[in-house]
Amino acid sequence: MPTLVSHPDEVKIISRRFGAGAADIDKYLEMDGYKAVQMAIEKGAEWVINEMKASGLRGRGGAGFPTGLKWSFVPKQSEKPKYVLVNGDESEPGTCKDHVIFLHDPHSVIEGTMIAGLAIGAKMGFIYLRGEYRYLLKVVEKAVADAYAKGFLGKNIFGKEGVDFDIVTQTGAGAYEVGEESALMESLEGKRGVPRIKPPFPAVVGLYGGPTVINNAETIASAPHILLMGGEPYAKVGSERNGGTRLFGISGHVERPGVYELPMGYNLKKAIYEVAGGVKGGRKLKAVVPGGSSCPVLKADELDVGLDFDQMGKAGTMLGSGGIVVLDETVSMVEFALRTIKFYQHESCGWCIPCREGTDWLKKTLTRFYNGYGNKKDIANIQYLAENMMGRTFCPLGDAAAMPTLGFIKKFREEFEEYLEGHRTEKALITTEELIGAAHH
Amino acid sequence: MSAVTNTIFSPELAARFDKLVTLYPVKRSALIPMLLYAQDEVGYVSDAVVHEIAQRLDLFELDVRNVLSYYSMLRTKPAGKYNVQVCTNISCMLRGGYEILDHCKAKLGIGHKEVTPDKLFSLEEVECIGACCWAPAMQVNYDFHEDLTPAKVDQILDDYAAGRGKDVK
Repeated sequence: MPTLVSHPDEVKIISRRFGAGAADIDKYLEMDGYKAVQMAIEKGAEWVINEMKASGLRGRGGAGFPTGLKWSFVPKQSEKPKYVLVNGDESEPGTCKDHVIFLHDPHSVIEGTMIAGLAIGAKMGFIYLRGEYRYLLKVVEKAVADAYAKGFLGKNIFGKEGVDFDIVTQTGAGAYEVGEESALMESLEGKRGVPRIKPPFPAVVGLYGGPTVINNAETIASAPHILLMGGEPYAKVGSERNGGTRLFGISGHVERPGVYELPMGYNLKKAIYEVAGGVKGGRKLKAVVPGGSSCPVLKADELDVGLDFDQMGKAGTMLGSGGIVVLDETVSMVEFALRTIKFYQHESCGWCIPCREGTDWLKKTLTRFYNGYGNKKDIANIQYLAENMMGRTFCPLGDAAAMPTLGFIKKFREEFEEYLEGHRTEKALITTEELIGAAHH
Repeated sequence: MSAVTNTIFSPELAARFDKLVTLYPVKRSALIPMLLYAQDEVGYVSDAVVHEIAQRLDLFELDVRNVLSYYSMLRTKPAGKYNVQVCTNISCMLRGGYEILDHCKAKLGIGHKEVTPDKLFSLEEVECIGACCWAPAMQVNYDFHEDLTPAKVDQILDDYAAGRGKDVK
């Protein structure tokens, strides 16, 4: 069971029930549980959407789209049923925040799903967890069953005539691609999790052809807290155009890795050196991947930047899923780049060519390079490949592979060039058998 | 009642499947959960599993196989009773994920996607399992083990070998 750590700089809003046994419904009720959804039922959908807009909450899955706005896009009238889909298919390397929410506060996800449902006029919600989180599914399943038992879910919830809401929970079966919203819908419909062509967007044609709101689990879990404290006060906690707090997972070479709740805009350098206790073993920091493995890397002298969508964008990288991965001086960027691209090559759904072929060639070239058989043209080729993947794929997975690769090549080009001079690895990260696919069966 | 009269699954699982197909607006949505639960009981997705699930969902077997071949957690060959999945993705790699994998390989005497002769353990190198802040980590069946050291791995594997391990399904 993951251990929780904390730091005085944390502002505990979404994490305030962590470690308090709130997976138990009675404990959750004691701690203001299911109050927000009852407020939402009484005050109506418009109030909910206005509060969400005022909160400045931006999607915590990584794209950072304003949540209130997303909810307001759903057409009021619809012939087909509307749905809420909670994306708990957390698979971005460096990211484990939803893991903690499901474990410690599953009811906040359920309550958030109900609030989103009320806001858009849906009577059904789905909570989709990644397959590896089976033990967490059990926690969420129990929470859902407890909510049904109390009459919070089902027909006439909270005793209100005509207010119905159902929740179905399930897991996927191991596919990073399914974290992309349209692939998630395909997977939930019992198909291969490949992305759909957009438009139409899910808000109009989504799950089973009905209008659908898809939100990350952390986004959904934030909704009850926002309604309880009010949209504007929530917004004030964060930075400009970036409302509230966020769960940051700090991992890699730090003294105290963990999931910390910090206000949006919190300084990255401070997050690493103060909150997470600095670099492990007192070694020198080399680089930071700031928001999950798909975000371009930052060098040690680029860390004086605020952790929000806009400031990170200005710094040439992204806030992404909030997974901060810290690398000390001992890390070979060539090896790290290869390990990163190995993941994206494995997880490409293979549906569109720039991603399927691009990730494969990047992996092959980087493997040869890392094993000591690179040549000078390789660096330019890697850059050329990555640049040609950018923006040319159906879904963002192609970008997710290209962006960090470009970052490694641009910021650590010298290291790549030096590596060409006689470096041979003692141990191959990827064997020839793996490269040709022989090890997969 | 199911359309399938002679189920290959236990009565409990068959009943669970009967209920599962009613939860969704479209029956097919139950496909992935069904494949996973069937795999947990049978050990892998056998031809018979594909056949029965296709029948239960009014799908062609090809539809089921199409989905089956896509997801990395679904397998068409038996794994060991305890499937050890070691994460070597970036956060785990930085804190010794590869050392943990090598240690497992040496201790169990098997490589990636292989099964021990007594069929007790199988080993897999897997991509990020969402335990980045507690790295390095591994999963045994569905049970998470974090902050690993080789000594801790020895203890965990010994516990499973002796039947004391937690088997989350």
